Amino acid sequence: MSNAKENKQSAKSPFIGSGKLVSSAVPLNIENIDTDQIIPARFLKATSREGFGKNLFRDWRYENDDETKPKKDFVLNNPTYKGRILVTGRNFGCGSSREHAAWAIKDYGFDVVVSSFFADIFKNNALNNFLLPVQVTEDFLKEIFKAIEQDPNTPIEINLQEEMISLPGASQNFSINAYKKTCLLNGYDDIDYLLSIKNEIEAFEAQRNAVHA
Amino acid sequence: MSDSTSNNETFKNAPAKGGKTLFDKIWEKHIVKQIEGGPAVLYIDKHFIHEVTSPQAFKGLEQRGLKVLRPQQVVATADHNVPTVHQHLPIKDELSRLQVQQLIENCKNHNIELYGLGHPFQGIVHVIGPELGITQPGMTIVCGDSHTSTHGAFGAIAFGIGTSEVEMVLATQCLMQTRPKLMRINVEGQLNKGVVSKDIILYIISKISASGATGYFVEYAGSAIRSLSMEARMTICNMSIEMGARGGMIAPDEITFEYMKGRLFAPGNGQWEKKLEEWKQLYSDADAVFDKEIHINAADIEPMITYGTNPGMGISITGTIPSEKDIDEKEKPSFLKSLNYMGLEPGSRIKGKKVDYVFIGSCTNSRIEDLRLVASFVKGKKKAKDVEVWVVPGSRQVEKQAREEGIDKIFEEAGFQLRQPGCSACLGMNEDKIPAGKYCISTSNRNFEGRQGPNARTFLASPLTAAVAAITGEVGDVREFF
Repeated sequence: MSNAKENKQSAKSPFIGSGKLVSSAVPLNIENIDTDQIIPARFLKATSREGFGKNLFRDWRYENDDETKPKKDFVLNNPTYKGRILVTGRNFGCGSSREHAAWAIKDYGFDVVVSSFFADIFKNNALNNFLLPVQVTEDFLKEIFKAIEQDPNTPIEINLQEEMISLPGASQNFSINAYKKTCLLNGYDDIDYLLSIKNEIEAFEAQRNAVHA
Repeated sequence: MSDSTSNNETFKNAPAKGGKTLFDKIWEKHIVKQIEGGPAVLYIDKHFIHEVTSPQAFKGLEQRGLKVLRPQQVVATADHNVPTVHQHLPIKDELSRLQVQQLIENCKNHNIELYGLGHPFQGIVHVIGPELGITQPGMTIVCGDSHTSTHGAFGAIAFGIGTSEVEMVLATQCLMQTRPKLMRINVEGQLNKGVVSKDIILYIISKISASGATGYFVEYAGSAIRSLSMEARMTICNMSIEMGARGGMIAPDEITFEYMKGRLFAPGNGQWEKKLEEWKQLYSDADAVFDKEIHINAADIEPMITYGTNPGMGISITGTIPSEKDIDEKEKPSFLKSLNYMGLEPGSRIKGKKVDYVFIGSCTNSRIEDLRLVASFVKGKKKAKDVEVWVVPGSRQVEKQAREEGIDKIFEEAGFQLRQPGCSACLGMNEDKIPAGKYCISTSNRNFEGRQGPNARTFLASPLTAAVAAITGEVGDVREFF
């Protein structure tokens, strides 16, 4: 990582500095939320990364696709719940590989998604955008939902340095690979790293070509 | 179905001792370097791109002042966001037109081969790669699309990636990847009449759930898989992602080599024999150990159909939707939400249910064999009066072949619309959408809420089962027609 530079292109990692984040959370207790729900395909026509937040969970958020008719029972339309943490049911982010899902969540204002299980591609996409997926046990997830139900302002602390998520009176460790943790704590990204080893990549190619020649 | 989890489960990132798996034979040859306690730097042989998930990657490159490192290893097409009628005219929707235009410019600026609209090779990215012989055994293949797993049918490591990763591969021809766990799914025995490869994969997903293979790369094996054609194998590998798997693969064999021989970009004379020797080494050794093995008896599989809003919610065509009491308490809210969306009752049958639309297409089932299968059933019949039937070939070459074989005439006489190649109604992005509340029996891969259009309702099925619905206007069992 020594050659990696701070990423200038994407949004900055919220974990640079203290490695911690404390916020209330928005509960979305539904399982198997696929990326088509997070951002429907008809909103993927843009050629930039910005502005997807306004269509986050579009078809769950509005009646008949009409922005003037928010569905009252959908949590994003309920001012009681706010914060930088989205808490969701298991198997979050399954389906399409669209990174637009991670962009939409981040653009809406979330920095962390908590679930008991994440789909693989979504997890990578999230990490590549400094959106931290925190995987907890099914029981701890239930505890979080209960705490938010009792008090929507319940502060949840995400301590990336210590790999710990805490509610008042309860906490649990989560895991993240050491490389990705370094990226989030320092705002590095994979491209910076890969560019820094370009010589090794070219040497690998040369060796392969010699074998195949 | 039975499964077993080996002791190897504890050594998550370590290849199994003893014999090598097909996956590891390919993976190990592509590791540029392994980062301690982290991912591997994996070299990518082929990179397919399309208009929807690539523009931001090119923008990223430009912001960093970079060029594409190996443009000759990148192939582009326009498929997701294109109309499937009047493709010779400018695209009506402005944002779609701009997105497709952006792809053209990006390819031009970076010297990337583009099979765009109007090109005789244009089509769905996962259809054209194999049919042109670009997809080859032993390769690492990626694309900003989760159905990239399709290419695994050739014995390649192929998987979908996000746009940041597209940018990484464009810039460095590499990705940072952690070795997944390995699962082998063995399907043994003879398939029942009326059961095709789509039924096999829908059956597998219904057994192991929409998340049952998350964290795994799957190898499909067994006599029932070996007996399948390449196109049928592609259908199976295509839907690996629908059970959460990163990818799916099948060891190459004579059927693979026969399919590849003579394809435009397949190794030519002089190279072919040498490549063939390499490819023949691509199989899992007899003593290779998988983290998980699943055994399925082919005779247990019937024609399948989905009733819910994820591809794991499937039953046999004669079966009933689970009752509330059969559902785990924890999963009940999601189950009921799903049936409510579909307008279906727990414990009821789908057979006999009226459909409004039939969609035959997508990277799962739009190849020439799929069209032939549909045509064989439809020949001399007419579609049901109130049903709209769209057949969308996977590529220009598939379309051409269908016309040469007279399949277009069969469809025309049946009252089907044979449209132009693209992803079409699979994803509710382009003009082809299923209207709200309508039922569509679809040969595509996803039945998510809104997938085929806001509030559209999807039944996933095989081309044969879709053909039955096109003719009768309702969900039916093809075996009753034999």
